[in-house]
Amino acid sequence: MENKTHINAEEGRQDLLITREFDLPLELLFKAYSEAEFIEEWMGTKVVKLENKIHGSYQFETSHNGKLVFKAHGTIHNFVSNHCITRTFEMENMPIGVQLEFLEFEALTANTSKLGIHIIYKSEKHRAEQLKLPFAYGLNMAHNKLQELSINLK
Amino acid sequence: MNLRRDVFQAIADPTRRAILLLLTSQSMTAGAIASNFDTARPTVSKHLQILTECELLKQEQQGREVYYHFNPKRMKEIADFLEPFRQHWDSKFNKLESVMKKHKHKSNGK
Repeated sequence: MENKTHINAEEGRQDLLITREFDLPLELLFKAYSEAEFIEEWMGTKVVKLENKIHGSYQFETSHNGKLVFKAHGTIHNFVSNHCITRTFEMENMPIGVQLEFLEFEALTANTSKLGIHIIYKSEKHRAEQLKLPFAYGLNMAHNKLQELSINLK
Repeated sequence: MNLRRDVFQAIADPTRRAILLLLTSQSMTAGAIASNFDTARPTVSKHLQILTECELLKQEQQGREVYYHFNPKRMKEIADFLEPFRQHWDSKFNKLESVMKKHKHKSNGK
């Protein structure tokens, strides 16, 4: 089966694009991002705060065996129902830093929809931290060509 | 960990990537490879040594000459560098889809 989630992370850049098509109507996809009970369920985190509005903010926390293991927060810059969310996101105690996220929600048919998340990091280096791959920013066209070749040779 | 043997460390260098690219089309001797670069020959040799140590290249003796071959199997591991990140998101999104489908069926049942 074809991969439903695509990651586009070009060499030498500090951003990346995540796209995914869902077997869900647009309204339901948007709800998964805008209503705390659904965020908690699919992200597996506790929503401490969520203000879905321009200049609003949010906070997530995840605990494991009573210990806080994940803490993230951000502010909402733009919020248009069933259309887009522009927000910052930062995981605490991580070297990734603040990231700017443009979430775009789009209906494909009455029952399918598409989500695009454009993430911009502070630098190329911060993006590499996110990818957990210190070499990610060292990749170039040569590598892409090699990648194609090695896929063909698989 | 021996960084020298780290395949990702190996391709972080632009000259080494250029060498790999050169060798994807044909096997070459160290001399022939070096002639493609302005870099001093011992420097190219050093790069070849690093690429060989991390198994991106294989050496083969042909008569008096040593030929370098590209090792696609090792390169495949690098091709997968984004895959863990993609899989992480894919599974999160699968979860989102199933959570929302469940919700949809519930509200339809009302």
